[in-house]
Amino acid sequence: MSTPTTSPAPAGPGGLAPKIAAEEEARVSAGRRFIDRLIRARELGLLVVLALIVIVTGVIEPNFLDADSLKQTVLNVAIIAVMTAGMTLVIVTRNIDLSVGSILGLSAFVCGDFLTKNPDVPWPVGVVIAVVIGAACGLLNGVLVTWGRVPALVVTLGTMYALRGVAFLVTDGRQINAEDLPDSFLTAGSGDLLGIPTLIVVALLVIALFWFVARDYAWGRQLYAIGSSGRSGGQAAKLAGLKSDRRVTQAFVISGALAGLGGAMFAARYGTVDATAGQGYELRVIGAAVVGGVAIAGGSGSVLGAALGAVVLGTIQTALIVLKIDDFWQQAIVGLLIIVAIALDRLIAKQSEALLRQRSARRRTAA
Amino acid sequence: MSTPSTTTPLVALDDASRSFGAVRALQNASLALRAGEVRALMGENGAGKSTLVKILTGVDRPNSGTVLVDGEPVVFHSTADSRDAGVAVILQEPTLFPDLSVAENVVMGRHPKRSFGRVDRPAMKKTVQGLLDRLGVDLDPDRPVQGLSIADQQIVEIAKAMSFDARVLIMDEPTAALSGREVERLFGVVRALQERGAAVLFISHRLEEVYEIASVVTVMRDGEVVHDGPLSELPEDELVRRMVGRDVTQLFPKSEPKIGEVVLDVKGLSREGVFYDVDLQVRAGEIVALAGLVGAGRSEVVQAIFGVDRATEGTVTMLGNDLPLGKPTAAVAAGMALVPEDRRQQGLVMDMSIGQNATLARLGDMRSRGLLSPKRERAEAERWGERLQLKYGRLGDAVGTLSGGNQQKVVLAKWLGTEPRLLIIDEPTRGIDVGTKSEVHRIIDELAGQGLAVLMVSSELPEVLGMADRVLVMFEGRVTAELSRAEADEERIVRAATGRVSAPATQEIA
Repeated sequence: MSTPTTSPAPAGPGGLAPKIAAEEEARVSAGRRFIDRLIRARELGLLVVLALIVIVTGVIEPNFLDADSLKQTVLNVAIIAVMTAGMTLVIVTRNIDLSVGSILGLSAFVCGDFLTKNPDVPWPVGVVIAVVIGAACGLLNGVLVTWGRVPALVVTLGTMYALRGVAFLVTDGRQINAEDLPDSFLTAGSGDLLGIPTLIVVALLVIALFWFVARDYAWGRQLYAIGSSGRSGGQAAKLAGLKSDRRVTQAFVISGALAGLGGAMFAARYGTVDATAGQGYELRVIGAAVVGGVAIAGGSGSVLGAALGAVVLGTIQTALIVLKIDDFWQQAIVGLLIIVAIALDRLIAKQSEALLRQRSARRRTAA
Repeated sequence: MSTPSTTTPLVALDDASRSFGAVRALQNASLALRAGEVRALMGENGAGKSTLVKILTGVDRPNSGTVLVDGEPVVFHSTADSRDAGVAVILQEPTLFPDLSVAENVVMGRHPKRSFGRVDRPAMKKTVQGLLDRLGVDLDPDRPVQGLSIADQQIVEIAKAMSFDARVLIMDEPTAALSGREVERLFGVVRALQERGAAVLFISHRLEEVYEIASVVTVMRDGEVVHDGPLSELPEDELVRRMVGRDVTQLFPKSEPKIGEVVLDVKGLSREGVFYDVDLQVRAGEIVALAGLVGAGRSEVVQAIFGVDRATEGTVTMLGNDLPLGKPTAAVAAGMALVPEDRRQQGLVMDMSIGQNATLARLGDMRSRGLLSPKRERAEAERWGERLQLKYGRLGDAVGTLSGGNQQKVVLAKWLGTEPRLLIIDEPTRGIDVGTKSEVHRIIDELAGQGLAVLMVSSELPEVLGMADRVLVMFEGRVTAELSRAEADEERIVRAATGRVSAPATQEIA
């Protein structure tokens, strides 16, 4: 009967082997190209979807294509995109951060409150305060998740409510209004830097920084490794000597710090802050990451993809408003998009896995 | 007994013991790994080899005794510590990052850097390509590990171990998934490492490989080192005898079987890539043992018979009726019961009570006016508890509070309540203390006496020899021997289980 697969395949006659090898080579590189395409497909696909939305909406409602309208759209996305960068790092390690919306609310208020009470202090101090508060909240999340061995979903669900509660305590029913804030701060929020709105510059810098760090630095690669090995119990990360707890905590600190930065951006852009600022942002941020191709099971996805996911979701939302589509439909369409994105991920993962399997099977029979 | 040598061992274990609860996994074991030496570590499953490897690689620490590096006592707190001491390990099961590329898997934790501390991808690829070339395999360093066969994953592990430039390489059954040619290449690498002065610890169940590559051997049995010396002075037969050589005391007062009609008849059962062409019969009142080494495919065979895994070919017949493959509900309806190997994962719901677990397989009988009746549950559980001499506090206690042996009795109660005709039991006494072990054996013997057909998978030779009326031995997915109770002895079984079929009784099957 059939031989066990582990036994050596008989060596082919001399003349045939090189030919097989050459064919194999061709097949392998074709396969490799296909995989490369699939990987790049995500970012490209998002750009195509984005173009379609803009064009279709623009045709129906030309006002949408106004420079000002487009600028507003992108400005709306900037804060979410910054937070998505941090969220991507957390999700890549096979964790999640539900507390970013509450962190934004708390840090936005404290930042605004500080600048209102100290109008003579330069506004960047307020931004630093917001970032530090965010980082501290992130540290709390990270420590609870790694030392406490509590699933991130539970920990950050807890801190989401707890930090919102703290925000209510701190605000004590007050609200910060634009007229209370220093003009310099508000100008920074609505102004330009080299002709580009400041908030967009900030978002681009943050995205570029963490895209590079995650892609080209050992630190970032370890985040992917930790998430990838987490699916099989984390043994591989342990054997590779990775300091998983430290890395995961650092990812949470960054996510928190960027939510804090988001808080400062929120205060500067809107000028009005109360205890409910940023409510529900966590789900928009997670949704953006998922649409952008970050696998919720950890180990794969890029910061750039996630940021594009934020842009696509944000643009759709604005487009739906411009097209005067019912509020209910807006939510349903965003939800549908997230489901489609996840289904697409599974499909791509399955196909590429099957393809990779085939390739290694062929290689073995040819060997 | 140890080899006289003037050189200080690179890494050594001195008088190390390790217990897990009452189980003594390692007792006063010593072992020295010297430069330029390939040492084989031999022993049956459960002899303590894995525990020893875990201690040498920093995964686990001994209760007493020391690890020595270059003669100096050290404590490995983690695998990072052992790696820094120059110890690399290839485990039986590959542990890789599926989403990352082959190259990145090899260098993870030690990425090569270029300007601004960035990962140097070209250098990383070049290094790994070089390692793969040395191994003579055509594997693309850029492709993700996801989708690689186990053999290819093992090759990535080997490349990883090579990349450390390890002074000590520990290989725990690295060849289990490799083809003959790949094994040769691996041995080439091992010899090259040896010439460069590395020490190698090689664990394998394939005797011919051990004799080919190793020069010295440590034999373990029941957690102790029972032999340490040059391999050339130890002929194969003698090696096998030392591995198993214990007195098979009549632990099990087996009663004379009353063998009846054929209950289970399996013909030509195969599962592509796992096991091939398995024929077996179990008759009423008969205990048939499936012996062999871990990974020989025994558990997979019984799971396919029960229908948990789907066999790709063959037939399973219960009492003359063909069963559909891959349908456990049909198997249960036909009178099969499977007590799985892993009680905690597959056999019990640990958080549920003893009573609930004991009656879980027949919730239908526990009904009263459509609702589960706790009263009925209790009555049934009490009845079986008494019959199996279950030791428990209260039936309402979580089953997790019981000892291993009593947990096994609960699993047995659960299935016996369904009044099966065939009991399949995978490693009936794994992780059970000696006292309760013989009780489990007594229960199985009694059940067979009452006409139940029993198919038992066991890695423990005394259990196989003491319990079974007939022994089927598997090696690498095939049945290599079928021995009657009279024919079965340790040597024949070990020979067949390691693929050296020479016992005359096996001719007709091979």
